Amino acid sequence: MVSPPVIDPVERRIWDELARLPDPEIPAISVVDLGVIGSVAVDGDRVRVELLPTFVGCPAIGVMQQQIGERIGALGVAPAVDVVVSYDPPWTSDRISPAGREALRRSGFAPPAPMPAGPALGQLDELAVLPIAECPYCGSRNTTLDNPFGPTLCRAIYHCGDCRQPFEQFKRI
Amino acid sequence: MTEALGLEPATRDALAELLLATADDEFVIGFWDSEWTGIAPMLEEDVATSSVAQDEIGHAKALYELLGELTDEDPDRIAYGREPDRYRHASLLNHRRGDWAFTVARRYLYETADAVRLGALARSTHQPLALLAGKMRREETYHLLHADAWLRRLADAPADVRARLADAIRTLWPDAQDVFAPLAGEEELVRGGMLPTPMRALHADWQARVRPVLEPIAGPLPDAAPRLDGRDRRSRDFAWLHGEFTSVARADERATW
Repeated sequence: MVSPPVIDPVERRIWDELARLPDPEIPAISVVDLGVIGSVAVDGDRVRVELLPTFVGCPAIGVMQQQIGERIGALGVAPAVDVVVSYDPPWTSDRISPAGREALRRSGFAPPAPMPAGPALGQLDELAVLPIAECPYCGSRNTTLDNPFGPTLCRAIYHCGDCRQPFEQFKRI
Repeated sequence: MTEALGLEPATRDALAELLLATADDEFVIGFWDSEWTGIAPMLEEDVATSSVAQDEIGHAKALYELLGELTDEDPDRIAYGREPDRYRHASLLNHRRGDWAFTVARRYLYETADAVRLGALARSTHQPLALLAGKMRREETYHLLHADAWLRRLADAPADVRARLADAIRTLWPDAQDVFAPLAGEEELVRGGMLPTPMRALHADWQARVRPVLEPIAGPLPDAAPRLDGRDRRSRDFAWLHGEFTSVARADERATW
């Protein structure tokens, strides 16, 4: 997700700093490119950051809160930093930025396909789990879904029929 | 916290009951599923079941945190500090995991019921619950698809497998109704829109959805309704599971996590 227009120079510095903070589980992508930073607000002595978890049960949430707090704390812009978990709006895989998608692909993860457009988004009973993903190694679409569940909550496992590599996809959700 | 939410005590208690019942369902099925980690029928399924279990326990954690904000309790204490008879999960979740067909049957019954419930909770006037339920729903869609795929796979399997699945569905059918057991103070929640649809209406929606899928597999299923004590029935199987999932917390009650 591209960070929203920021006027406050302190907020700008915080966004820039977080753009250099890697995701703890997939360090190829920053927390800003992953789209998990919902908002940054500076109010006097306090900074408030809303963290949008990719999955409710993601075990990295606590680590991310801590690392975000430490990075902002080290900037010395405010004595108090609150990093709160929020589901407003819910994180979806569409929040991953174009740069983030490219970073995922370069490190061997197929980026998630865009969510289907339409007014029913978010109220769908079934988000289609795609049977095909583009191989991040050779670009082939001759691939098969091995498992919609993978080594972490946010990853699915595919196999490429051309370069014969197993690979992971960041789940579309 | 409660003052900040501006809730009457009766409303707060009813909301707490709704959060606790939902959280306990997710918590207990998550721990039953985790009993398959390492021994599921195939490696891919081992990964899948473990991932689903982790999701469910994560959902329970988020719900216990909402509850803790309401009642000023420590979420870890709510999760691990209660005696077995204080848990509020539906009787469907009292059974041990059984064989694979039993696990698939229960997961299908639970996931479909949970989907109906989450659809209502996502419209709750209690905004923190509506937001969390909306997020959980997106994840539960994966669980639902997975449960549905396994149900169909076993239903199309050779006769002995199909028979096990059919037996499990018939055994679990009465207890599955209890996911929609009436909650103490439910009228209060429905009036205020915190639970926008009463449990009995959600139950009817769920039955209409699952009967056409299950009856071709298990034969005609009897009329069944949620029981008043559907969330008060505890079992020896659950007492055993409780001993397992509280063992680390009990080993050192002053430890920090």
